[in-house]
Amino acid sequence: MANAPDTTQFSALSTQAIKSGSAKPNSQRKKSRGNGTRNLLLILLPSFIVLGIFYFYPMLTILVGAFTDPQVGLQNFQWFFGEQVNVDVLWRTLIISFWVTVICVLFAFPFSFFLTIVTPRTRGLLFLIVLVPFWTSMVVRTFAWVILLQDSGPIGEFMKLFGVQSLGLIRTPTAVLIGMAQVLLPFVVLPIYATMSKIDTRLLTAARSLGARPSKAFVSIYLPLSLPGVASGALLCFVMALGFYITPAMLGGSREAFLSTLIQGQVQGLAQWGHGAVIGFVLLFVTLVILGITGYVGKKTGGSVQDMVGGSKA
Amino acid sequence: MNSEVRPGTKVVLGIITAFIAVWLIAPMFIVFPLSFTDDASFQFPPRAWSTRWYESFFTNPQWTDALRNSAIIGTLVAIIAATLGTITALAINRSKSRLSGTVQAIMLTPLIIPPIIAGAGIYTFFLKTDLVGTIFGFVLVHVTLALPLVVIAVNASLSGYDRSLELAAASLGAGRLTTFVTVTVPLILPGILAGVVFAFVTSFDEVIVAQFMVSPALQTLPMMMYTSVTRTTDPTIAAAAALVLGAVLLAFGLYQFVVVPLTRRSRGRTSV
Repeated sequence: MANAPDTTQFSALSTQAIKSGSAKPNSQRKKSRGNGTRNLLLILLPSFIVLGIFYFYPMLTILVGAFTDPQVGLQNFQWFFGEQVNVDVLWRTLIISFWVTVICVLFAFPFSFFLTIVTPRTRGLLFLIVLVPFWTSMVVRTFAWVILLQDSGPIGEFMKLFGVQSLGLIRTPTAVLIGMAQVLLPFVVLPIYATMSKIDTRLLTAARSLGARPSKAFVSIYLPLSLPGVASGALLCFVMALGFYITPAMLGGSREAFLSTLIQGQVQGLAQWGHGAVIGFVLLFVTLVILGITGYVGKKTGGSVQDMVGGSKA
Repeated sequence: MNSEVRPGTKVVLGIITAFIAVWLIAPMFIVFPLSFTDDASFQFPPRAWSTRWYESFFTNPQWTDALRNSAIIGTLVAIIAATLGTITALAINRSKSRLSGTVQAIMLTPLIIPPIIAGAGIYTFFLKTDLVGTIFGFVLVHVTLALPLVVIAVNASLSGYDRSLELAAASLGAGRLTTFVTVTVPLILPGILAGVVFAFVTSFDEVIVAQFMVSPALQTLPMMMYTSVTRTTDPTIAAAAALVLGAVLLAFGLYQFVVVPLTRRSRGRTSV
């Protein structure tokens, strides 16, 4: 008896469904899709409100501020590109990010390839090692590099045995490279491994059976097939490197400042809000250009930025 | 693949991989021995041992307040971000709307765009609205940074999700809420838990945006550590770093030996 209302409801619903389904299938589909969008936006309203007020609105003020602070005009852009120091920082950010990406790809490629040829057990262990950095505090890890690379650190003390008085690594671009590459390597390993694990190795067997030497088969078949993963890993690495802040600030000297460091200094240190805003604008512009390229590469190879990020964090 | 790789090549690759693996994880463990130094510097190896820097950490209200603030903020962020993120991931996953792809892209933005840009904007926004140094402001800003990670984690657990189980529940008379609580949530629980941990860790380690929100009255642990390293050589930070790393390793162990086995059981297949 308790089921009665449910049954009536159900039959009423199904009649309605049949009626509307047979009547105007086209308009109904359109309507349900519209409803889908409305429901989606309604459900997401709390998330959107938080994101809108505490993320997108402040970011928007930066983009607008670049053109309007202290007065409307392009004076902030003139300042940015007119001062050699700023252009130097922009170049340095791009160049160090580039070299970090090169190091990460060179390390991630053999690492990922090795992951595909070992037993599942070893692979699980290596994955644990790749994922540990995702969990560990970046401040702690960078602090560890400060200890290791300082002149009175273990490497410095060891080098003194060979007569090297001062290691001179801390506060150099090399120190920044070492620290950044360590943080970013997992982001490159995951997309490359994801691509490599899908490569059909029977293609290599086929090539060899047709007389190709293993190295030849590797270069002309395996390498091209793994390139989409390499490309997406490299672009993701580059984009993330551009926005780095903690590592250059802790391991680099004042001459290793990144765009991010410059923004903080202008906004908080010098209260030059417009100057900070214009640097933020330039940083965002460069990031979006790289992301655009990433999206294009992703489309070409059937992946997307979200998949890449999803694959790397999950 | 095994048959294609010569043993010699495999050994060389193994050595390279081992080198990279050591470079990835070994350096951070140096904070443990350093935290027990007796020197008032980062000199390594230490000349003598002591626990004085742990004492210094736990008797200095600046450090303990920062630890407490970070714990409170991180917990609130984890709860709010996990709730919003789970709803978001489910909604995107189930919506037939053409906009769902765009919505997902918007939700993931904070993960890719350099956080300093929003941070600088938040600085003036918070000055105008008197939110500087408030837990409220801190939590909501950190929620925006943590949301993408929860969405990704829950999304991942939805990929192997069988919706016919919900239909089965509904056909047996369960209402929508009952179905959600007794069928949907338990199935995606591993993803939600991973999201909770990701969200907490994100907040607990955040410096870039935090430096625009802290006040003398409200400091967080990573901010204290960051300013300490850049301004002094006080080894109290080594004790703080050792405590954080110890907690993180504990959390990682819990995830690896509790959450991952749960995922495997609920999905009925093994994955890394």
